[in-house]
Amino acid sequence: MGRQTIHRVEIASKTGYSRSHIASHGQRRATLASAGVSSVSASDIYFLEADLPPEQLHRLIQTLLVDDILQEARIGPAISLAPGEHSIEVTLLPGVTDSAAESLRSGARIIGIDGLGQIAVGQRYLLAGSLDAIAAKHIAESLIINKVVQTCSVDGPIEPPFVQDQADTFIITVATIPLRGATDDGLLAISKTRRLALDLPEMRAIQTYFRAEARDPTDAEIEMLAQTWSEHCVHKTFKARISYTEGGNAPRVIDGLLNSYIRAATEKLDRSWVRSAFVDNAGVVAFDDSWDIAFKVETHNHPSALEPFGGANTGVGGVVRDVIGVSARPIANTDVLCFGPQHLDPATLPHGVLHPRRIAEGVVHGIEDYGNKMGIPTVNGAFCYDEGYTANPLVFCGCLGIVPRGAHPRAANPGDLVVVVGGRTGRDGIGGATFSSMEMGVETAQIAGSSVQIGHPIHEKQAMEAVLRARDEKLYTAITDCGAGGLSSSVGEMAAELGALVHLDRVPLKYAGLQPWEVWLSEAQERMVLAVPPAHWPRLKTICDGLDVEATALGVFTGNKRILLMWSERIVGDLSTDFLNDGIPRMELAAEWSPPKSAAALGKPARSDLTADLLELLARPGTRSSEDVVRRYDTEVQGGTVVKPFVGPGGNGPSDAAVICPQDTWRAGSKQGVALSVGMNVALGKIDPYAMAWAAIDEAIRNCVAVGADPERIAILDNFCWGNPRLPDRLGSLVRCCEGCHDAAIAYGTPFVSGKDSLNNEFLGADGKKYAIPGTLLISAMGIVPDVTKSVTSDFKRAGNGIYLLGETRAEHYGIHEGHGLVAHAELPGMIPDLLRGAPAVYRAYHEAVRSGLVQACHDCSEGGFALALAEMCIGGGLGARIDCEADPWLFALSETPGRLVVEVAPSDWTKFETIMLGSPWARWGEVLAEPKLSITDYNGCIVIDAALVDLEHAFRGHLVEAA
Amino acid sequence: MAAKPRVLIVSATGSNRDRDVAWACELAGGAPEIAHLNQLTSGDRKLADYQMLVLPGGFSQGDDLGAGKLWAVALTHRLGDALKAFVAARRPILGICNGFQALVKSGLLPGDGGAKPLATLTRNERAHFECRWVHLQANPASPCIFTKGLDEPIHCPVAHGEGQFVARDVTTLSAIEARGGVALRYVDANGTQAGYPHNPNGSVANIAGITDPTGTILGLMPHPENHIRPEQHPQFHRGVSGRSGLALFQNGVRYAAGM
Repeated sequence: MGRQTIHRVEIASKTGYSRSHIASHGQRRATLASAGVSSVSASDIYFLEADLPPEQLHRLIQTLLVDDILQEARIGPAISLAPGEHSIEVTLLPGVTDSAAESLRSGARIIGIDGLGQIAVGQRYLLAGSLDAIAAKHIAESLIINKVVQTCSVDGPIEPPFVQDQADTFIITVATIPLRGATDDGLLAISKTRRLALDLPEMRAIQTYFRAEARDPTDAEIEMLAQTWSEHCVHKTFKARISYTEGGNAPRVIDGLLNSYIRAATEKLDRSWVRSAFVDNAGVVAFDDSWDIAFKVETHNHPSALEPFGGANTGVGGVVRDVIGVSARPIANTDVLCFGPQHLDPATLPHGVLHPRRIAEGVVHGIEDYGNKMGIPTVNGAFCYDEGYTANPLVFCGCLGIVPRGAHPRAANPGDLVVVVGGRTGRDGIGGATFSSMEMGVETAQIAGSSVQIGHPIHEKQAMEAVLRARDEKLYTAITDCGAGGLSSSVGEMAAELGALVHLDRVPLKYAGLQPWEVWLSEAQERMVLAVPPAHWPRLKTICDGLDVEATALGVFTGNKRILLMWSERIVGDLSTDFLNDGIPRMELAAEWSPPKSAAALGKPARSDLTADLLELLARPGTRSSEDVVRRYDTEVQGGTVVKPFVGPGGNGPSDAAVICPQDTWRAGSKQGVALSVGMNVALGKIDPYAMAWAAIDEAIRNCVAVGADPERIAILDNFCWGNPRLPDRLGSLVRCCEGCHDAAIAYGTPFVSGKDSLNNEFLGADGKKYAIPGTLLISAMGIVPDVTKSVTSDFKRAGNGIYLLGETRAEHYGIHEGHGLVAHAELPGMIPDLLRGAPAVYRAYHEAVRSGLVQACHDCSEGGFALALAEMCIGGGLGARIDCEADPWLFALSETPGRLVVEVAPSDWTKFETIMLGSPWARWGEVLAEPKLSITDYNGCIVIDAALVDLEHAFRGHLVEAA
Repeated sequence: MAAKPRVLIVSATGSNRDRDVAWACELAGGAPEIAHLNQLTSGDRKLADYQMLVLPGGFSQGDDLGAGKLWAVALTHRLGDALKAFVAARRPILGICNGFQALVKSGLLPGDGGAKPLATLTRNERAHFECRWVHLQANPASPCIFTKGLDEPIHCPVAHGEGQFVARDVTTLSAIEARGGVALRYVDANGTQAGYPHNPNGSVANIAGITDPTGTILGLMPHPENHIRPEQHPQFHRGVSGRSGLALFQNGVRYAAGM
C-alpha cells in the first residue's frame, strides 16, 4: 500500500475567545509573566493520513472538527510567526493512547468517510512577549510538555507521531534465554539486562526449573515469571521471614508480616460480616441482607512521579478495575495525595525530578479526568505535604463498589473460554510491575517511557457496563482485572488451579509490531479477563457489541495446570502453574528498630494569645480548604452523596468523611449508607511507626464515626508506602508499624479487609544521595451508617447550642506540627496506645447519641487541635463560638491528642447526651454564638483565641480567591 | 389510571447519569428505560414507541472533539428520520449536560432554523471542570413545557467543563430571548442574577437552559436529576428539605402522558 497524503489541519479560535488551559492557572500565569510572556493562545492540530477528495476533507473538518461559532480551520502549514512570536507545537509520542484521534476516526465512519490512515492530534501554542527561542523551549519543557509521553518543536512545524507501519517487514520472534548454563553472575546479569528485578535465589529457582524441563526459557516465560514474582504482584516482603531486632536485643523471627499481624488481627476478630478479606481484588463486607460492598485502595506512585496526569489517571482506572473485578458496581472514589512542598525552590530539585507543583497539577487533573468520565463520584481524600515526597510523590486511589450477595463467581471450569474485554493492547506499560518494584534513579524517566500508560476512561466505563450486564445474566464463572503484568498476571492468576491455553495472536492490538512476549506482558489499560462457558460466549459478545466494547476469546482454561502460550502454530511458552505461583523462594530479610533518642523537653513560647498561631495553622497547605481541587471532581453523580466533601450553608466547611447512600439500595427503599474516611499521621511516624499505626487507625475510625457510622461495623484497609525493605532500618520501622496495626485493630475491634504495599519508594539522585520517603501508612475506613437521615455534618447549626469535647486531652500531648514551635515529647508515641484504649468506648457512646438524634454537629479533633476544629465548625456554619478554657492555653487549644471529637448538642438534649456519655471523658466548654467570632478565654479572663469569622475564613479560604 | 408514559433514556458510549435520570423519571411517574444508541440503530428499540426522550449527562465518546459533538453527529446521522418524526410530533425531549451539548451541536437547540448553528456550548470561563450546587430560575415567559409553573427556583448541582453558552451574535441572542427561548437562568440564593460562582461557567446572560420555539425540547447544563430526594440537598443536615429538581421531570412526564 502506498503512502497516503498527510493533511495538517489547524483549528484555531476566531477571536482569541477561549483561554488556553496552560495560562488559566494563577501560578502558571505568574511563571509565564516572569519569563516575559505577555500572551498565550492555543490551537489544535490534526494530522490526517488520507487520500480524500477535497469535498470529503472539507465535510470532515466542518462536521467533526470546527465549532463554527468560535473556531476556524486552516488546512496546510502554519502561518509564519510575527516578530517576537514563538510557537510550541506538541504531540504525543508514537504509540501513546490518543483518544481524540480515535474519536475522529469513529466520527468519520459515522459520516461515511472511510479509508483514513493514521491520525494524530497535537497542540500549537503561540507565545508573544519579550522572550527568545531558548526561553520558549524552557517554557515548553517546564510547563507544557512531559517528555515521557510528549514531544515538541519550538518555532517550527512538528512531524506527526505516526507509528511506523511494520506489518510488511515485521518478523515474529521468540527468543530463548540461555539460563541453564549460566553462573550466578550470569544469572544476575540476565536479571539486570532484562530489568527483571529478580534476585539470585529467584534466578536460581528459575534455572533449576528449566534444567528439569531440559530446555532454556523463552522471553515470554522469563518475563512472565519476573512479573508474577515481582514485589508489586506477589508482595514478597510481606510474606518474607524476617529476623527482627529491637533496641539491640536478641533477634526474633517474624513469620511473614501479613500473616503475623494484618491477617492475624482479622482472623482473631472473626467478624461475621466480613465476606472476603485479602483473597480477592478488593475487601468485601456485608452491606445488608442482600448486598455486599467492596473497597480497595491502590497506589500509583512511580508512574505519577514520571507522568503525573497519566500516572494518577491510570491509578484511578486500576483501582476501579479492582472493584469491577469483584463483580461490583463502583459507587465512590477516594484519593489521598502526598506531594513535596508546593513552593519548593526549583534550584533545589533533584535532577530528573518534576517540580512538586507540576506533579500536583497533573495528578489532580488525572484523577478528575478518570473519575468524572467514569461517572463515579470522588468524595473523600486528603493532602499531605512533606519534603520527603518531593522526588517520590504518593498517589493513593480508592474505590468503593456494591454487589448483590452471591453475584461474584470465583471458579472457572476446564473448557471455559479465556475472554478479554475492553481496550486494545499496545506497547504501553510493559514491565510496570517490575518497574514499580525498583528504586528510581535519574535515568528512570528516560528508560521507563514504556512503563507509563495513558488511560482511556470511556473504554473502561463501557467495559464496566458490559461486565455488570454479564454478571446479572450469569455469563462468566470467574473474572479479574488486567493490571500490573497484563494478561500474564491476570490469566496466570485465574488459571492457577487449572492451566490455560492462550493464543496470543488473537489479542486485538492497537498497532502491529508487538512481539508475542510484549503482547503477553503489556499493561495496556481498560481490560478485564473473564472465564466464559462456551455456551454463554455468543450472548456475551452481543452485549459487548451493543456497548461498543471489544471482546475476544483468546483461548481456553484447560485443567492440565500448564500455561501454554501459542502464536499461530508456534509455542511461545509452556510453564507449570504450580511453579509459576508457588515456585518463588521465600525471602529472608533482616530488620532492626532503634527507639528514637529522647527528645528535649517541650519548648513552649511564653505567649498565651494563640490567635495568630491558629490563623497560621488554618492557612497551612495541608490544612487549608482544598475546595479548589475538590470542586474539580464530580461529587454528585449517582445521586448518593448525602454527606458531601464540603458542608454548611456556604459549602465552606470541610467534612470528616463522606456518606454515600447507594442508589441501588436507596431506590429499593433502604436509607442505609456507607461512610468513607482516611487516617494518616506521617509526622508521628517519623518518631515511632508503632504509634503512627494507632493514630492513623484511630483517625480513620473517628472520622467515620463522626459522620454517623456504627463503630461495630467499620472495616479498614492498609496501604504501606515505604523505602527499600532490604535495608534493615527501613524494614524495622515497617515491622513496628505492622505491630501497631495489629494491636490497634484488635483494640478497636476493627478488621482489615484489604491492603496493599508499595515499597522501594526511594530515589537515587544525581548527587548520589538516596532520597527516601517518610514511612507512610494510610488507613482507609468504610463504615455502615444505619440511617443516612441521622448522619452528621461538621458545620455548627444554631446559636445557643452547647459545645462538647469528647475524649481525654493529655498534658503530654502537644501538637506535633513540625516547624511550629510545637514538638512532641519523646514519650508521646509511647503513650498513644495507652491513651487510645478508652477511645472505642467513647465512639460507641457517641454513636448511640447519634442514633438517638442528639447530635447537631461533630468534627474530629486532629491537626491543629480543638481550636482548629472549632474554627472549621464556625466557618462551615457561618456562626461563632465562645469557649471557656480551664487549662493551659497551649494544651487546651492546640493539643493534638488523638481520640477526641467536638460535638454540638442543643440545650434541650444536654441531659440525655450527658447520660449517654457517662463513663467516657467529656466536658462542655461553651456554646455556639450568632456573633461571627471565635473566642476562647482562660480562667483569668485572658484571651487565648479571639478571631473574627471573616479572618478565620480568610486564613482557610483566602488562597482560593487569590488563585481565581 | 392511564398507563405511565414510556420515557426512553438514550445513552451514548460514555454517558454516565443515565441511571440517575431513570430514577428521576420513575419518581416523576414515568416508566423509564435506558437504551444505548446502538439499540435504536439496530432496531432493538424504536423511538416511536416512547412518549418522551431524555439524553443524559456524561462524556459521549470522551468528548475529545468538543463536548457532545460526536454524539450529535451520531444522533443526526444514525437516528435522523426517527428523531425528526419525534420532534415533529412534539413529544418532549430533555437534554441534560452532555445531552444539552448534543442537542445544541445537532442544531435541535435553539432550533430556530438557519443554515448555520446559532449557539454553542464551550469551555467554562475558568477553563476547568467544576462541580457545585446552583440555583435556577425558570422564565415564566418561556413556552417550555418542562419549566411551566415552576415558581420555586431549582437547586441542583452542575458538573461540567464545557457549559458556557455562547450565541452566534447579539441579534441571535436577542431573538432567542424575545421568544422565551431562555427557559432557565442561573441566580443566587436570593433569586438575583449574579456572576461566578452562581453562574458557574460564564454563560452569556446567565443562561442555564434553552428551549426550542415549540417549548417541547429543553436542554440544560445543571443536573436536576441529582436533587430528587430530600437527603441529596446540601443543607439537609440543617433541616432544609428540597427535591426541587423533581418538578421538571414531573412536568415532562405529565406532558408526555398526554401524547
